[in-house]
Amino acid sequence: MQSRQPALEGKPSAPSPNVAAPVADDKRWKLVNATMRRHGYQSHALIETLHTVQEAFGYLDDDSLRYVSAALKVPYSKVYGVATFYHFFTLKPQGEHTCVVCMGTACYIKGAPALLAGIREAIGVESGQTTDNGRVSVLSARCIGSCGLAPAVVLDGEVAGRMNAKDLKDRLAGWMASGRAVEEVVPQ
Amino acid sequence: MREEPVMNGANSAAAPGGYTIDICMAAGCLSCQADLVKDALEKEISKHGLGDTCSVRGVGCLGLCMAGPLIVVEPTGVMYGSAVSADAEAIVKSVSGAPVKRLELNAQQPFFSRQVKIVLENSGRIDPEKLEDYLAQDGYAALSTAVTEMTPPGVVNRILKSGIRGRGGAGYPTGLKWGTVAKSTGAQKYVICNADEGDPGAFMDRAVLESDPHRVLEGMAIAGYAVGASQGYIYVRAEYPLAVKRLKNAIRQAERAGYLGSNICGTDFRFNVDIRLGAGAFVCGEETALISSIEGNRGIPRPRPPFPAAKGLWNSPTLINNVETFANIAPIVRNGGEWFASIGTEKSKGTKVFALAGRVSNTGLVEVPMGITLREILYDIGGGIPDGKKFKAVQTGGPSGGCLPEQFLDMAVDYESLAKAGSIMGSGGMIVMDETSCMVDVARFFMEFCMTESCGKCVPCRVGTCQMHDILAKITGGTATMRDLDLLEELCDTVKSCSLCGLGQTSPNPVLSTLRYFRDEYMAHIQDHVCPAGVCQMKPARTLAEVAA
Repeated sequence: MQSRQPALEGKPSAPSPNVAAPVADDKRWKLVNATMRRHGYQSHALIETLHTVQEAFGYLDDDSLRYVSAALKVPYSKVYGVATFYHFFTLKPQGEHTCVVCMGTACYIKGAPALLAGIREAIGVESGQTTDNGRVSVLSARCIGSCGLAPAVVLDGEVAGRMNAKDLKDRLAGWMASGRAVEEVVPQ
Repeated sequence: MREEPVMNGANSAAAPGGYTIDICMAAGCLSCQADLVKDALEKEISKHGLGDTCSVRGVGCLGLCMAGPLIVVEPTGVMYGSAVSADAEAIVKSVSGAPVKRLELNAQQPFFSRQVKIVLENSGRIDPEKLEDYLAQDGYAALSTAVTEMTPPGVVNRILKSGIRGRGGAGYPTGLKWGTVAKSTGAQKYVICNADEGDPGAFMDRAVLESDPHRVLEGMAIAGYAVGASQGYIYVRAEYPLAVKRLKNAIRQAERAGYLGSNICGTDFRFNVDIRLGAGAFVCGEETALISSIEGNRGIPRPRPPFPAAKGLWNSPTLINNVETFANIAPIVRNGGEWFASIGTEKSKGTKVFALAGRVSNTGLVEVPMGITLREILYDIGGGIPDGKKFKAVQTGGPSGGCLPEQFLDMAVDYESLAKAGSIMGSGGMIVMDETSCMVDVARFFMEFCMTESCGKCVPCRVGTCQMHDILAKITGGTATMRDLDLLEELCDTVKSCSLCGLGQTSPNPVLSTLRYFRDEYMAHIQDHVCPAGVCQMKPARTLAEVAA
């Protein structure tokens, strides 16, 4: 209702000249700006823009939310509201590796709770948490649509079907044992 | 205008008389390394110098996800399942000879032979990333017929005559909806394709988008012509990256070929399609919440009326249909409304795609005519319950649906009979449960889902789902009393009648249906402190034997 119909809008308005990207020389902001430009810097581009920010940076931090708010001329409260309303957006940095456990009905029936218990046992974190060394983030998903292969998990973006707790624990142990040095992955 | 259909469905890239090895490249099979197998097959072909007679092609979903990656050799029709890269050599060497026995699947088994395919007719038969493949299957012929030979009211009439009802769940007659939007006045109208498949346990729309994206675009363009819209949006889940990629590719191809954009098929009709990514909110499957999300806001529903057909996106008349509904449009326009109306039952026409999952032997995607019985779907097509376990319930319609026990197995599946039994058709998820599932725990699982997915706008849903979940957790924890059960039933009634949108109104359904058919399990939890299925961690824990003693 607050949004206006794009076809009736005149020329797309440019962002206020004093809106500068949080870290101006970071090339990833160019991607974000491109998305906003494609939508003519209109308020309804908010969700698309947040998708681009998350894709580029891995998560949405306060600086980026404020930047998007200023560039699209949308109140910060609304940007924050949208970012926290949708499950897909995360305000916390993710670990080096991510493990998403599908909690859809088919996966639940076929043992997803046991997978979460296995994860807890192996690396001591719950869904929504990251290990202290920043190596592994564990998330749960509503349904990833791989119900034919339940229970399914997504390991670093790759769907792995018919998972069992033992294989998953081995995989996580491998992640915990190798990888970059801790200091590199802890965000500033 | 029409192109000659290629015989046999396989417009193989190989020379005439050659062989094509089709391998499923939908998300299910890709997670079984279908891409590696495809590479290995290609390598073997060039290694053995068979490039002239044999080629490999990535196709859409072949349905039987549990046996992925699936491979079909055309034109012999030999089918292989669960292949790995090391099998590539054997498969390539045997294309013209005897099939590789250890990998062969019976392509005539009931899982395949009992299906009737309309929505999925191209799925697994064409390369979803190639427009030519789609065109060879009569693709965009319906759009071309509609815009060059038919009037918009003529198109609406044909859809009306077909009797098709919305495949998103509620089952509103599609023709009526189109007619209402067509009659609405407004300078700008919109067509939205609802591809926010949020039901856990449902993956029909994902498979259609990944296997035959042009079919959905064609349906939307025909809808745009019929209702007078020039802009379409596909609201698709960000959790389906492959579907998004293939849709983007298909939109680009269709624009280049003149099936989208300005002057479609040489006429004045113009229609553009844009993609909007969802961000993981179940409530956005509700049409007014979806519109709010496309407008860049939180996905919060608003009261209806006014319906989107009158005031939708940016307050303009808007047509919203589900992916599967749009996928049915081109065949209806091509073959006529009467043809479609001849399939199915009196009030539910056509076919329905179901995602078969849970404790059933053949998990995957099936398309069956309306009116088929649950027993035929679960036992003939689905292959029954594995591991010698006993069937307990089948859950249809996701968090808005219900659990149906054995006594309904011979019921015909259509909108009315499912509703009468206390469930809904829903978008088509079908989850089978055996004796190892506790029905109270399942009800709690769905209530937890609705509780976290409630948008928080109206009190009955926001507070009611929390309260119901707490009571269900008490029951599964073994601390509930009979008064809790009374309260639960009262809450079900309140939330059902007072919530603003479909999410709240249907959230008590899993509780109500399990209370209706599995009341004894609730009683066992409350009175005997025992979970008959052995799922719930009760305190103090007791076994069935102790209760009996």
